Amino acid sequence: MRLSKSFFKKLFRRKITIVGAAILVVIISMALLSPLIAPYDPMKINPIDRLQKPNSTHWFGTDNFGRDIFSRIIYGARITVLSGFGVVIFSIVFGVVLGSLSGYFDTLGMFIMRVIDVVMAFPPIMLALALVAILGQGLINVIVAVGAVYLTRTARITYGLTLKIRKDAFVEAAVAEGAGNGRVLFLHIIPNLISPIIVQATFTFAFALLQMAALDFLGVGIPPQIPSWGNMLSSSQDYITRAPWLLLFPGIFIVITVLSFNLFGDALRDRLDPKFKDEL
Amino acid sequence: MLAYTFRRLLTIIPTLLIASILIFSFMHLMPGDPAAVMLGTNATPEQVEKLRVQLGLDRPIYIQFATWFKDAFRGDLGDSIFFQSPVLSVIQNRAETSIFVATFSMLIILILGIPIGVISAVKYNTVLDQLTMGFAMLAASIPTFWLGLNLMILFSVNLNWLPSSGFPSVVESGNLNNLKYLILPCVTLAAPNSALIIRLTRSSMLDVMKEEYVKTARAKGLKESIVILKHIFRNAIISIVSALGFTFIALLSGTVVTETVFSLPGVGRLVVQSVLRRDYPVIQGIIFVVVILYVFINLLTDLSYAFLDPRISYE
Repeated sequence: MRLSKSFFKKLFRRKITIVGAAILVVIISMALLSPLIAPYDPMKINPIDRLQKPNSTHWFGTDNFGRDIFSRIIYGARITVLSGFGVVIFSIVFGVVLGSLSGYFDTLGMFIMRVIDVVMAFPPIMLALALVAILGQGLINVIVAVGAVYLTRTARITYGLTLKIRKDAFVEAAVAEGAGNGRVLFLHIIPNLISPIIVQATFTFAFALLQMAALDFLGVGIPPQIPSWGNMLSSSQDYITRAPWLLLFPGIFIVITVLSFNLFGDALRDRLDPKFKDEL
Repeated sequence: MLAYTFRRLLTIIPTLLIASILIFSFMHLMPGDPAAVMLGTNATPEQVEKLRVQLGLDRPIYIQFATWFKDAFRGDLGDSIFFQSPVLSVIQNRAETSIFVATFSMLIILILGIPIGVISAVKYNTVLDQLTMGFAMLAASIPTFWLGLNLMILFSVNLNWLPSSGFPSVVESGNLNNLKYLILPCVTLAAPNSALIIRLTRSSMLDVMKEEYVKTARAKGLKESIVILKHIFRNAIISIVSALGFTFIALLSGTVVTETVFSLPGVGRLVVQSVLRRDYPVIQGIIFVVVILYVFINLLTDLSYAFLDPRISYE
Protein backbone atom coordinates (compact mmCIF):
# COMPACT_ATOMS: atom_id res chain seq x y z
CA MET A 1 0.00 0.00 0.00
CA ARG A 2 1.57 3.29 -1.05
CA LEU A 3 0.44 6.37 0.80
CA SER A 4 1.00 8.68 -2.15
CA LYS A 5 -0.77 11.98 -2.79
CA SER A 6 -3.02 10.31 -5.38
CA PHE A 7 -3.95 7.61 -2.83
CA PHE A 8 -5.41 10.25 -0.49
CA LYS A 9 -6.95 12.16 -3.40
CA LYS A 10 -8.81 9.06 -4.53
CA LEU A 11 -9.64 8.03 -0.97
CA PHE A 12 -11.30 11.36 -0.27
CA ARG A 13 -12.95 11.81 -3.66
CA ARG A 14 -16.37 11.52 -2.00
CA LYS A 15 -17.30 14.41 0.28
CA ILE A 16 -19.00 12.05 2.72
CA THR A 17 -15.64 10.32 3.35
CA ILE A 18 -14.11 13.68 4.25
CA VAL A 19 -16.97 14.26 6.71
CA GLY A 20 -16.44 10.80 8.22
CA ALA A 21 -12.69 11.32 8.55
CA ALA A 22 -13.19 14.81 10.04
CA ILE A 23 -15.56 13.42 12.68
CA LEU A 24 -13.04 10.71 13.54
CA VAL A 25 -10.32 13.33 13.97
CA VAL A 26 -12.63 15.28 16.33
CA ILE A 27 -13.49 12.16 18.38
CA ILE A 28 -9.85 11.06 18.64
CA SER A 29 -8.83 14.62 19.60
CA MET A 30 -11.55 14.61 22.27
CA ALA A 31 -10.12 11.36 23.60
CA LEU A 32 -6.53 12.64 23.66
CA LEU A 33 -7.30 16.11 25.02
CA SER A 34 -10.15 15.28 27.44
CA PRO A 35 -8.69 17.06 30.50
CA LEU A 36 -8.14 20.23 28.44
CA ILE A 37 -11.54 20.29 26.75
CA ALA A 38 -13.91 19.08 29.50
CA PRO A 39 -15.31 22.04 31.43
CA TYR A 40 -16.06 19.99 34.59
CA ASP A 41 -14.73 16.96 36.44
CA PRO A 42 -16.75 14.09 34.91
CA MET A 43 -16.86 12.18 38.21
CA LYS A 44 -17.75 15.10 40.49
CA ILE A 45 -21.12 14.54 42.15
CA ASN A 46 -23.19 17.68 42.60
CA PRO A 47 -26.68 16.86 44.00
CA ILE A 48 -27.93 20.47 43.72
CA ASP A 49 -27.50 20.41 39.93
CA ARG A 50 -29.06 16.96 39.36
CA LEU A 51 -31.08 16.31 36.18
CA GLN A 52 -30.67 19.80 34.73
CA LYS A 53 -31.84 20.27 31.16
CA PRO A 54 -29.24 21.36 28.58
CA ASN A 55 -28.44 25.02 29.31
CA SER A 56 -25.66 27.57 28.91
CA THR A 57 -23.76 26.23 31.96
CA HIS A 58 -24.21 22.55 31.23
CA TRP A 59 -24.49 22.27 27.42
CA PHE A 60 -25.74 18.68 27.46
CA GLY A 61 -27.44 18.90 30.88
CA THR A 62 -26.58 16.92 34.01
CA ASP A 63 -27.30 13.36 35.17
CA ASN A 64 -29.00 12.03 38.30
CA PHE A 65 -25.85 12.72 40.34
CA GLY A 66 -25.52 16.27 38.98
CA ARG A 67 -22.50 15.32 36.85
CA ASP A 68 -21.95 17.33 33.67
CA ILE A 69 -22.98 15.21 30.64
CA PHE A 70 -20.78 17.12 28.17
CA SER A 71 -17.67 16.48 30.28
CA ARG A 72 -18.61 12.83 30.72
CA ILE A 73 -19.06 12.45 26.96
CA ILE A 74 -15.61 13.96 26.34
CA TYR A 75 -14.02 11.58 28.86
CA GLY A 76 -16.23 8.82 27.47
CA ALA A 77 -14.55 9.32 24.09
CA ARG A 78 -11.26 8.40 25.75
CA ILE A 79 -12.50 5.09 27.14
CA THR A 80 -14.50 4.33 23.98
CA VAL A 81 -11.56 4.96 21.63
CA LEU A 82 -9.15 3.14 23.95
CA SER A 83 -11.35 0.06 24.26
CA GLY A 84 -12.11 0.11 20.51
CA PHE A 85 -8.38 0.13 19.72
CA GLY A 86 -7.88 -2.61 22.29
CA VAL A 87 -10.39 -4.85 20.50
CA VAL A 88 -8.89 -4.04 17.09
CA ILE A 89 -5.33 -4.80 18.21
CA PHE A 90 -6.35 -8.04 19.96
CA SER A 91 -8.48 -9.30 17.08
CA ILE A 92 -5.99 -8.30 14.37
CA VAL A 93 -2.89 -9.71 16.11
CA PHE A 94 -4.46 -13.08 16.96
CA GLY A 95 -6.63 -13.20 13.83
CA VAL A 96 -3.70 -12.56 11.49
CA VAL A 97 -1.44 -15.05 13.25
CA LEU A 98 -4.10 -17.79 13.27
CA GLY A 99 -5.30 -17.01 9.72
CA SER A 100 -1.85 -16.82 8.13
CA LEU A 101 -0.58 -19.95 9.91
CA SER A 102 -3.73 -21.80 8.80
CA GLY A 103 -3.31 -20.62 5.23
CA TYR A 104 0.37 -21.55 5.12
CA PHE A 105 0.33 -24.92 6.88
CA ASP A 106 -2.42 -27.10 5.39
CA THR A 107 -2.93 -29.63 8.18
CA LEU A 108 -2.83 -27.04 10.94
CA GLY A 109 -5.10 -24.83 8.85
CA MET A 110 -7.70 -27.54 8.42
CA PHE A 111 -7.96 -27.94 12.18
CA ILE A 112 -7.85 -24.22 13.13
CA MET A 113 -10.30 -23.12 10.44
CA ARG A 114 -12.85 -25.81 11.39
CA VAL A 115 -12.77 -24.46 14.95
CA ILE A 116 -12.98 -20.86 13.69
CA ASP A 117 -15.97 -21.76 11.48
CA VAL A 118 -17.75 -23.29 14.45
CA VAL A 119 -17.00 -20.29 16.68
CA MET A 120 -18.45 -18.06 13.95
CA ALA A 121 -21.73 -19.99 14.34
CA PHE A 122 -22.03 -18.64 17.90
CA PRO A 123 -24.12 -15.43 18.07
CA PRO A 124 -21.53 -12.67 18.72
CA ILE A 125 -23.13 -11.09 21.76
CA MET A 126 -23.91 -14.46 23.34
CA LEU A 127 -20.30 -15.50 22.84
CA ALA A 128 -19.06 -12.21 24.28
CA LEU A 129 -21.43 -12.60 27.25
CA ALA A 130 -20.26 -16.17 27.83
CA LEU A 131 -16.62 -15.05 27.75
CA VAL A 132 -17.31 -12.19 30.16
CA ALA A 133 -19.04 -14.74 32.40
CA ILE A 134 -15.86 -16.86 32.36
CA LEU A 135 -13.30 -14.05 32.59
CA GLY A 136 -15.25 -11.75 34.88
CA GLN A 137 -16.05 -8.06 34.37
CA GLY A 138 -13.42 -5.38 33.81
CA LEU A 139 -12.11 -3.31 30.93
CA ILE A 140 -9.38 -5.77 29.85
CA ASN A 141 -11.70 -8.78 30.06
CA VAL A 142 -14.37 -7.04 27.98
CA ILE A 143 -11.74 -6.12 25.36
CA VAL A 144 -10.58 -9.76 25.27
CA ALA A 145 -14.17 -11.08 25.05
CA VAL A 146 -15.20 -8.77 22.18
CA GLY A 147 -11.76 -9.16 20.53
CA ALA A 148 -12.15 -12.95 20.61
CA VAL A 149 -15.47 -12.64 18.78
CA TYR A 150 -13.98 -10.54 15.99
CA LEU A 151 -10.65 -12.34 15.66
CA THR A 152 -12.57 -15.16 13.96
CA ARG A 153 -13.57 -12.80 11.11
CA THR A 154 -10.02 -11.51 10.72
CA ALA A 155 -8.65 -15.07 10.78
CA ARG A 156 -11.11 -16.13 8.06
CA ILE A 157 -10.15 -13.24 5.79
CA THR A 158 -6.41 -13.70 6.44
CA TYR A 159 -6.69 -17.45 5.79
CA GLY A 160 -8.30 -16.93 2.38
CA LEU A 161 -5.75 -14.30 1.37
CA THR A 162 -2.77 -16.36 2.58
CA LEU A 163 -3.96 -19.34 0.53
CA LYS A 164 -3.98 -17.07 -2.52
CA ILE A 165 -0.72 -15.19 -1.89
CA ARG A 166 1.35 -18.28 -1.05
CA LYS A 167 0.95 -19.41 -4.66
CA ASP A 168 2.23 -16.09 -6.04
CA ALA A 169 5.55 -16.10 -7.90
CA PHE A 170 7.36 -13.88 -5.39
CA VAL A 171 6.59 -16.29 -2.54
CA GLU A 172 7.70 -19.28 -4.61
CA ALA A 173 10.87 -17.36 -5.48
CA ALA A 174 11.58 -16.71 -1.79
CA VAL A 175 11.09 -20.42 -1.02
CA ALA A 176 13.39 -21.34 -3.94
CA GLU A 177 16.05 -19.02 -2.50
CA GLY A 178 15.93 -21.06 0.68
CA ALA A 179 13.91 -18.76 2.92
CA GLY A 180 12.49 -20.54 5.98
CA ASN A 181 8.78 -20.75 6.83
CA GLY A 182 8.99 -17.92 9.38
CA ARG A 183 10.75 -15.62 6.93
CA VAL A 184 8.29 -16.37 4.13
CA LEU A 185 5.32 -15.87 6.41
CA PHE A 186 6.41 -12.74 8.26
CA LEU A 187 8.45 -10.97 5.56
CA HIS A 188 6.67 -11.96 2.38
CA ILE A 189 3.08 -12.98 3.09
CA ILE A 190 1.89 -10.89 6.06
CA PRO A 191 3.17 -7.53 4.68
CA ASN A 192 1.00 -8.18 1.61
CA LEU A 193 -2.07 -8.57 3.81
CA ILE A 194 -1.81 -5.06 5.23
CA SER A 195 -4.39 -3.39 2.95
CA PRO A 196 -7.29 -5.79 3.62
CA ILE A 197 -6.33 -5.91 7.30
CA ILE A 198 -6.58 -2.13 7.58
CA VAL A 199 -10.03 -2.26 5.98
CA GLN A 200 -11.06 -5.06 8.36
CA ALA A 201 -9.67 -3.10 11.33
CA THR A 202 -11.86 -0.11 10.48
CA PHE A 203 -15.02 -2.21 10.41
CA THR A 204 -13.95 -4.15 13.52
CA PHE A 205 -13.63 -0.84 15.35
CA ALA A 206 -17.18 0.12 14.39
CA PHE A 207 -18.62 -3.28 15.35
CA ALA A 208 -16.62 -3.32 18.58
CA LEU A 209 -18.07 0.03 19.65
CA LEU A 210 -21.61 -1.27 19.13
CA GLN A 211 -20.87 -4.56 20.85
CA MET A 212 -19.15 -2.97 23.85
CA ALA A 213 -21.92 -0.40 24.23
CA ALA A 214 -24.41 -3.28 24.23
CA LEU A 215 -22.43 -5.12 26.93
CA ASP A 216 -22.30 -1.92 29.01
CA PHE A 217 -26.04 -1.50 28.55
CA LEU A 218 -26.64 -5.09 29.71
CA GLY A 219 -24.60 -4.39 32.84
CA VAL A 220 -21.76 -6.81 32.06
CA GLY A 221 -19.36 -4.50 30.26
CA ILE A 222 -16.92 -1.88 31.47
CA PRO A 223 -17.39 -1.26 35.26
CA PRO A 224 -20.29 1.20 35.75
CA GLN A 225 -18.22 3.88 37.50
CA ILE A 226 -16.19 4.44 34.29
CA PRO A 227 -17.97 7.00 32.07
CA SER A 228 -18.09 5.04 28.81
CA TRP A 229 -20.88 6.08 26.43
CA GLY A 230 -22.51 2.65 26.86
CA ASN A 231 -22.48 3.00 30.65
CA MET A 232 -24.00 6.48 30.37
CA LEU A 233 -26.85 5.02 28.30
CA SER A 234 -27.26 2.12 30.68
CA SER A 235 -27.67 4.43 33.68
CA SER A 236 -30.07 6.69 31.74
CA GLN A 237 -32.73 3.96 31.48
CA ASP A 238 -34.53 4.91 34.70
CA TYR A 239 -34.80 8.55 33.60
CA ILE A 240 -35.78 8.28 29.94
CA THR A 241 -39.11 10.05 30.47
CA ARG A 242 -37.89 12.65 33.00
CA ALA A 243 -34.50 13.39 31.44
CA PRO A 244 -34.39 12.22 27.80
CA TRP A 245 -31.13 14.14 27.21
CA LEU A 246 -29.35 11.45 29.24
CA LEU A 247 -30.30 9.02 26.50
CA LEU A 248 -29.91 11.40 23.57
CA PHE A 249 -26.33 12.67 23.70
CA PRO A 250 -24.29 9.51 24.42
CA GLY A 251 -26.39 7.69 21.79
CA ILE A 252 -25.75 10.36 19.16
CA PHE A 253 -22.02 10.18 19.84
CA ILE A 254 -22.02 6.39 19.45
CA VAL A 255 -23.98 6.63 16.19
CA ILE A 256 -21.78 9.31 14.62
CA THR A 257 -18.56 7.55 15.66
CA VAL A 258 -19.70 4.16 14.30
CA LEU A 259 -21.08 5.81 11.17
CA SER A 260 -17.78 7.64 10.60
CA PHE A 261 -15.79 4.43 10.92
CA ASN A 262 -18.18 2.68 8.53
CA LEU A 263 -17.93 5.52 5.99
CA PHE A 264 -14.17 5.60 6.26
CA GLY A 265 -13.97 1.81 6.04
CA ASP A 266 -16.15 1.81 2.92
CA ALA A 267 -13.93 4.43 1.27
CA LEU A 268 -10.78 2.49 2.18
CA ARG A 269 -12.29 -0.72 0.82
CA ASP A 270 -13.29 1.01 -2.43
CA ARG A 271 -9.75 2.30 -2.74
CA LEU A 272 -7.86 -0.80 -1.65
CA ASP A 273 -10.12 -3.51 -3.05
CA PRO A 274 -11.00 -2.69 -6.67
CA LYS A 275 -13.65 -5.44 -6.73
CA PHE A 276 -15.95 -3.25 -4.64
CA LYS A 277 -15.13 -0.01 -6.39
CA ASP A 278 -18.30 1.94 -7.26
CA GLU A 279 -20.55 -0.86 -6.09
CA LEU A 280 -21.11 -0.53 -2.36
CA MET B 1 -29.82 -34.18 -5.16
CA LEU B 2 -30.05 -37.10 -2.73
CA ALA B 3 -26.28 -37.69 -2.86
CA TYR B 4 -25.67 -33.96 -2.32
CA THR B 5 -28.05 -33.92 0.66
CA PHE B 6 -26.35 -36.99 2.16
CA ARG B 7 -22.85 -35.51 1.71
CA ARG B 8 -23.99 -32.21 3.21
CA LEU B 9 -25.54 -34.06 6.18
CA LEU B 10 -22.22 -35.78 6.87
CA THR B 11 -20.46 -32.42 7.21
CA ILE B 12 -22.67 -31.65 10.21
CA ILE B 13 -21.00 -34.34 12.34
CA PRO B 14 -17.54 -32.69 12.79
CA THR B 15 -19.18 -29.28 13.21
CA LEU B 16 -21.40 -30.50 16.02
CA LEU B 17 -18.50 -32.38 17.62
CA ILE B 18 -16.24 -29.30 17.65
CA ALA B 19 -19.12 -27.11 18.88
CA SER B 20 -19.83 -29.58 21.68
CA ILE B 21 -16.18 -29.62 22.78
CA LEU B 22 -16.08 -25.80 22.80
CA ILE B 23 -19.34 -25.47 24.72
CA PHE B 24 -18.32 -28.19 27.17
CA SER B 25 -14.94 -26.48 27.71
CA PHE B 26 -16.78 -23.27 28.56
CA MET B 27 -17.33 -24.23 32.20
CA HIS B 28 -13.80 -25.58 32.53
CA LEU B 29 -12.14 -22.42 31.21
CA MET B 30 -13.29 -20.57 34.29
CA PRO B 31 -10.41 -19.63 36.61
CA GLY B 32 -10.78 -21.61 39.83
CA ASP B 33 -13.38 -24.19 40.82
CA PRO B 34 -16.52 -23.71 38.66
CA ALA B 35 -18.78 -24.87 41.51
CA ALA B 36 -17.27 -22.30 43.90
CA VAL B 37 -17.57 -19.54 41.27
CA MET B 38 -21.23 -20.37 40.62
CA LEU B 39 -22.19 -20.43 44.28
CA GLY B 40 -20.36 -17.20 45.10
CA THR B 41 -18.23 -16.26 48.08
CA ASN B 42 -20.85 -17.03 50.75
CA ALA B 43 -21.10 -20.75 49.96
CA THR B 44 -19.89 -23.32 52.47
CA PRO B 45 -17.35 -26.01 51.41
CA GLU B 46 -20.14 -28.62 51.79
CA GLN B 47 -22.39 -26.73 49.36
CA VAL B 48 -19.51 -26.40 46.89
CA GLU B 49 -18.75 -30.14 47.14
CA LYS B 50 -22.44 -31.00 46.67
CA LEU B 51 -22.59 -28.91 43.49
CA ARG B 52 -19.32 -30.42 42.25
CA VAL B 53 -20.87 -33.88 42.55
CA GLN B 54 -24.19 -32.69 41.01
CA LEU B 55 -22.33 -31.24 37.99
CA GLY B 56 -20.07 -34.29 37.77
CA LEU B 57 -16.95 -32.17 38.26
CA ASP B 58 -15.44 -34.81 40.57
CA ARG B 59 -15.03 -37.25 37.65
CA PRO B 60 -12.20 -37.38 35.05
CA ILE B 61 -12.61 -34.75 32.29
CA TYR B 62 -13.06 -37.23 29.42
CA ILE B 63 -15.84 -39.00 31.31
CA GLN B 64 -17.45 -35.64 32.04
CA PHE B 65 -17.37 -34.79 28.32
CA ALA B 66 -18.68 -38.20 27.21
CA THR B 67 -21.55 -37.94 29.71
CA TRP B 68 -22.34 -34.34 28.78
CA PHE B 69 -22.21 -35.12 25.04
CA LYS B 70 -24.46 -38.17 25.36
CA ASP B 71 -26.95 -36.35 27.61
CA ALA B 72 -26.97 -33.20 25.45
CA PHE B 73 -27.93 -35.12 22.33
CA ARG B 74 -30.69 -36.86 24.29
CA GLY B 75 -32.06 -33.43 25.24
CA ASP B 76 -30.69 -33.42 28.80
CA LEU B 77 -28.73 -30.18 29.16
CA GLY B 78 -28.38 -30.46 32.92
CA ASP B 79 -30.18 -28.48 35.62
CA SER B 80 -30.32 -24.74 36.14
CA ILE B 81 -28.65 -23.65 39.39
CA PHE B 82 -31.10 -20.75 39.79
CA PHE B 83 -34.36 -22.37 38.69
CA GLN B 84 -33.51 -25.83 40.08
CA SER B 85 -35.15 -27.37 37.02
CA PRO B 86 -33.93 -28.89 33.73
CA VAL B 87 -32.23 -26.36 31.45
CA LEU B 88 -34.20 -27.54 28.41
CA SER B 89 -37.54 -26.83 30.10
CA VAL B 90 -36.26 -23.40 31.22
CA ILE B 91 -35.37 -22.66 27.56
CA GLN B 92 -38.68 -24.09 26.29
CA ASN B 93 -40.64 -21.80 28.63
CA ARG B 94 -38.91 -18.76 27.11
CA ALA B 95 -38.76 -19.98 23.51
CA GLU B 96 -42.15 -18.66 22.33
CA THR B 97 -41.18 -15.00 22.69
CA SER B 98 -37.80 -15.41 20.98
CA ILE B 99 -39.25 -17.45 18.11
CA PHE B 100 -41.90 -14.78 17.49
CA VAL B 101 -39.39 -11.92 17.76
CA ALA B 102 -36.81 -13.55 15.44
CA THR B 103 -39.42 -14.72 12.90
CA PHE B 104 -41.28 -11.42 12.62
CA SER B 105 -38.01 -9.49 12.45
CA MET B 106 -36.83 -11.78 9.65
CA LEU B 107 -40.14 -11.19 7.80
CA ILE B 108 -39.71 -7.41 8.12
CA ILE B 109 -36.15 -7.71 6.81
CA LEU B 110 -37.19 -9.82 3.83
CA ILE B 111 -40.34 -7.86 2.96
CA LEU B 112 -38.61 -4.46 3.15
CA GLY B 113 -34.91 -5.22 2.65
CA ILE B 114 -35.06 -7.18 -0.61
CA PRO B 115 -37.37 -4.77 -2.54
CA ILE B 116 -35.37 -1.75 -1.30
CA GLY B 117 -32.15 -3.43 -2.44
CA VAL B 118 -33.66 -4.26 -5.85
CA ILE B 119 -34.95 -0.69 -6.36
CA SER B 120 -31.58 0.70 -5.27
CA ALA B 121 -29.78 -1.44 -7.87
CA VAL B 122 -32.24 -0.61 -10.63
CA LYS B 123 -31.91 3.11 -9.81
CA TYR B 124 -28.11 2.76 -9.46
CA ASN B 125 -26.25 6.01 -8.79
CA THR B 126 -29.42 8.10 -8.56
CA VAL B 127 -30.49 10.19 -5.57
CA LEU B 128 -32.83 7.35 -4.53
CA ASP B 129 -29.92 4.88 -4.57
CA GLN B 130 -27.73 7.19 -2.52
CA LEU B 131 -30.53 7.81 -0.01
CA THR B 132 -31.10 4.07 0.34
CA MET B 133 -27.43 3.38 0.87
CA GLY B 134 -27.27 6.24 3.36
CA PHE B 135 -30.20 4.73 5.26
CA ALA B 136 -28.56 1.28 5.24
CA MET B 137 -25.28 2.72 6.52
CA LEU B 138 -27.08 4.66 9.27
CA ALA B 139 -29.19 1.64 10.26
CA ALA B 140 -26.03 -0.46 10.63
CA SER B 141 -24.47 2.20 12.86
CA ILE B 142 -27.26 2.57 15.42
CA PRO B 143 -26.97 0.61 18.67
CA THR B 144 -30.05 -1.64 18.85
CA PHE B 145 -30.81 -0.76 22.46
CA TRP B 146 -30.62 2.97 21.77
CA LEU B 147 -33.00 2.67 18.83
CA GLY B 148 -35.35 0.56 20.97
CA LEU B 149 -35.38 3.07 23.83
CA ASN B 150 -36.01 5.96 21.42
CA LEU B 151 -38.88 4.11 19.72
CA MET B 152 -40.26 3.33 23.17
CA ILE B 153 -40.19 7.02 24.16
CA LEU B 154 -41.87 8.05 20.90
CA PHE B 155 -44.50 5.36 20.36
CA SER B 156 -45.21 4.19 23.92
CA VAL B 157 -44.56 7.16 26.18
CA ASN B 158 -45.37 10.18 23.99
CA LEU B 159 -47.91 8.86 21.47
CA ASN B 160 -49.22 5.99 23.62
CA TRP B 161 -49.80 3.86 20.51
CA LEU B 162 -47.99 0.69 21.49
CA PRO B 163 -47.10 -1.12 24.73
CA SER B 164 -43.59 -0.48 25.98
CA SER B 165 -42.72 -3.76 27.66
CA GLY B 166 -43.67 -7.37 28.37
CA PHE B 167 -45.33 -9.97 26.15
CA PRO B 168 -48.34 -11.99 27.36
CA SER B 169 -48.22 -15.41 25.68
CA VAL B 170 -50.18 -15.76 22.44
CA VAL B 171 -50.03 -19.56 22.52
CA GLU B 172 -51.46 -19.84 26.05
CA SER B 173 -54.11 -17.12 25.75
CA GLY B 174 -54.90 -17.56 22.05
CA ASN B 175 -55.17 -13.77 21.91
CA LEU B 176 -53.53 -12.52 18.71
CA ASN B 177 -53.86 -8.93 19.98
CA ASN B 178 -50.85 -9.67 22.20
CA LEU B 179 -48.70 -9.57 19.07
CA LYS B 180 -48.82 -5.76 19.28
CA TYR B 181 -46.34 -6.10 22.16
CA LEU B 182 -43.82 -7.34 19.61
CA ILE B 183 -44.14 -4.53 17.04
CA LEU B 184 -41.55 -2.22 18.61
CA PRO B 185 -39.08 -5.00 19.51
CA CYS B 186 -39.27 -6.49 16.00
CA VAL B 187 -38.82 -3.13 14.26
CA THR B 188 -35.90 -2.40 16.60
CA LEU B 189 -34.27 -5.72 15.78
CA ALA B 190 -35.03 -5.63 12.05
CA ALA B 191 -33.71 -2.11 11.33
CA PRO B 192 -29.96 -2.68 11.79
CA ASN B 193 -30.10 -6.19 10.35
CA SER B 194 -32.00 -5.06 7.23
CA ALA B 195 -28.93 -2.99 6.25
CA LEU B 196 -26.99 -6.14 5.34
CA ILE B 197 -29.78 -7.55 3.18
CA ILE B 198 -30.33 -4.21 1.41
CA ARG B 199 -26.63 -3.87 0.57
CA LEU B 200 -26.27 -7.50 -0.39
CA THR B 201 -29.36 -7.49 -2.64
CA ARG B 202 -28.12 -4.34 -4.34
CA SER B 203 -24.59 -5.59 -4.94
CA SER B 204 -25.78 -9.05 -6.14
CA MET B 205 -28.21 -7.37 -8.55
CA LEU B 206 -25.43 -5.08 -9.84
CA ASP B 207 -23.15 -8.11 -10.36
CA VAL B 208 -25.80 -9.97 -12.37
CA MET B 209 -26.69 -6.85 -14.38
CA LYS B 210 -23.21 -6.98 -15.95
CA GLU B 211 -23.77 -10.52 -17.30
CA GLU B 212 -24.04 -11.12 -21.03
CA TYR B 213 -27.38 -12.93 -20.78
CA VAL B 214 -28.95 -9.78 -19.32
CA LYS B 215 -27.77 -7.78 -22.33
CA THR B 216 -29.16 -10.54 -24.58
CA ALA B 217 -32.52 -10.44 -22.79
CA ARG B 218 -32.72 -6.67 -23.30
CA ALA B 219 -31.56 -7.00 -26.94
CA LYS B 220 -34.41 -9.47 -27.53
CA GLY B 221 -36.76 -6.63 -26.62
CA LEU B 222 -38.11 -8.13 -23.39
CA LYS B 223 -39.98 -5.82 -21.06
CA GLU B 224 -37.66 -4.24 -18.46
CA SER B 225 -39.76 -5.61 -15.58
CA ILE B 226 -39.31 -9.15 -16.94
CA VAL B 227 -35.56 -8.63 -17.37
CA ILE B 228 -35.29 -7.38 -13.78
CA LEU B 229 -37.45 -10.01 -12.14
CA LYS B 230 -36.83 -13.12 -14.24
CA HIS B 231 -33.27 -12.62 -15.44
CA ILE B 232 -31.54 -10.46 -12.85
CA PHE B 233 -33.36 -11.02 -9.55
CA ARG B 234 -33.79 -14.77 -10.09
CA ASN B 235 -29.99 -15.14 -10.38
CA ALA B 236 -29.15 -12.62 -7.68
CA ILE B 237 -31.30 -14.36 -5.08
CA ILE B 238 -28.74 -17.13 -4.44
CA SER B 239 -26.33 -14.71 -2.73
CA ILE B 240 -29.23 -13.30 -0.72
CA VAL B 241 -30.29 -16.78 0.45
CA SER B 242 -26.69 -17.45 1.50
CA ALA B 243 -26.89 -14.50 3.90
CA LEU B 244 -30.05 -15.73 5.60
CA GLY B 245 -28.21 -18.10 7.95
CA PHE B 246 -25.92 -15.29 9.00
CA THR B 247 -28.88 -12.91 9.39
CA PHE B 248 -30.66 -15.46 11.56
CA ILE B 249 -27.65 -15.64 13.88
CA ALA B 250 -27.49 -11.83 13.95
CA LEU B 251 -31.18 -11.77 14.90
CA LEU B 252 -30.71 -14.31 17.69
CA SER B 253 -27.79 -12.26 18.90
CA GLY B 254 -29.97 -9.16 18.73
CA THR B 255 -32.73 -10.75 20.83
CA VAL B 256 -30.35 -10.60 23.81
CA VAL B 257 -30.42 -6.80 23.74
CA THR B 258 -33.93 -6.25 22.36
CA GLU B 259 -35.61 -8.55 24.87
CA THR B 260 -33.75 -6.79 27.68
CA VAL B 261 -34.80 -3.31 26.45
CA PHE B 262 -38.47 -4.30 26.16
CA SER B 263 -38.46 -6.65 29.19
CA LEU B 264 -39.62 -9.58 27.06
CA PRO B 265 -39.65 -13.04 28.66
CA GLY B 266 -37.44 -14.63 26.00
CA VAL B 267 -34.30 -16.72 25.68
CA GLY B 268 -32.14 -13.66 24.87
CA ARG B 269 -32.99 -11.98 28.17
CA LEU B 270 -32.49 -15.31 29.92
CA VAL B 271 -28.86 -15.33 28.71
CA VAL B 272 -28.20 -11.95 30.33
CA GLN B 273 -29.97 -12.94 33.54
CA SER B 274 -28.02 -16.22 33.64
CA VAL B 275 -24.70 -14.39 33.20
CA LEU B 276 -25.57 -12.05 36.06
CA ARG B 277 -26.72 -15.03 38.20
CA ARG B 278 -23.68 -17.11 37.17
CA ASP B 279 -26.06 -19.88 36.09
CA TYR B 280 -23.55 -21.52 33.73
CA PRO B 281 -25.55 -24.64 32.77
CA VAL B 282 -28.25 -22.36 31.32
CA ILE B 283 -25.70 -20.30 29.33
CA GLN B 284 -24.12 -23.52 28.03
CA GLY B 285 -27.53 -24.97 27.16
CA ILE B 286 -28.73 -21.88 25.27
CA ILE B 287 -25.53 -21.64 23.23
CA PHE B 288 -25.77 -25.36 22.42
CA VAL B 289 -29.38 -25.03 21.22
CA VAL B 290 -28.58 -21.90 19.17
CA VAL B 291 -25.57 -23.54 17.48
CA ILE B 292 -27.66 -26.61 16.57
CA LEU B 293 -30.33 -24.30 15.14
CA TYR B 294 -27.68 -22.44 13.15
CA VAL B 295 -26.19 -25.66 11.78
CA PHE B 296 -29.61 -26.84 10.58
CA ILE B 297 -30.58 -23.47 9.14
CA ASN B 298 -27.30 -23.47 7.22
CA LEU B 299 -28.09 -27.00 6.01
CA LEU B 300 -31.49 -25.85 4.76
CA THR B 301 -29.86 -22.82 3.12
CA ASP B 302 -27.33 -25.00 1.31
CA LEU B 303 -30.03 -27.40 0.17
CA SER B 304 -32.08 -24.49 -1.09
CA TYR B 305 -29.07 -23.43 -3.25
CA ALA B 306 -29.23 -26.80 -4.92
CA PHE B 307 -32.94 -26.21 -5.52
CA LEU B 308 -32.42 -22.66 -6.82
CA ASP B 309 -29.36 -23.49 -8.91
CA PRO B 310 -29.28 -27.14 -10.11
CA ARG B 311 -25.59 -26.79 -11.12
CA ILE B 312 -24.63 -26.92 -7.44
CA SER B 313 -26.04 -30.46 -7.07
CA TYR B 314 -23.77 -31.85 -9.74
CA GLU B 315 -20.53 -30.44 -8.31
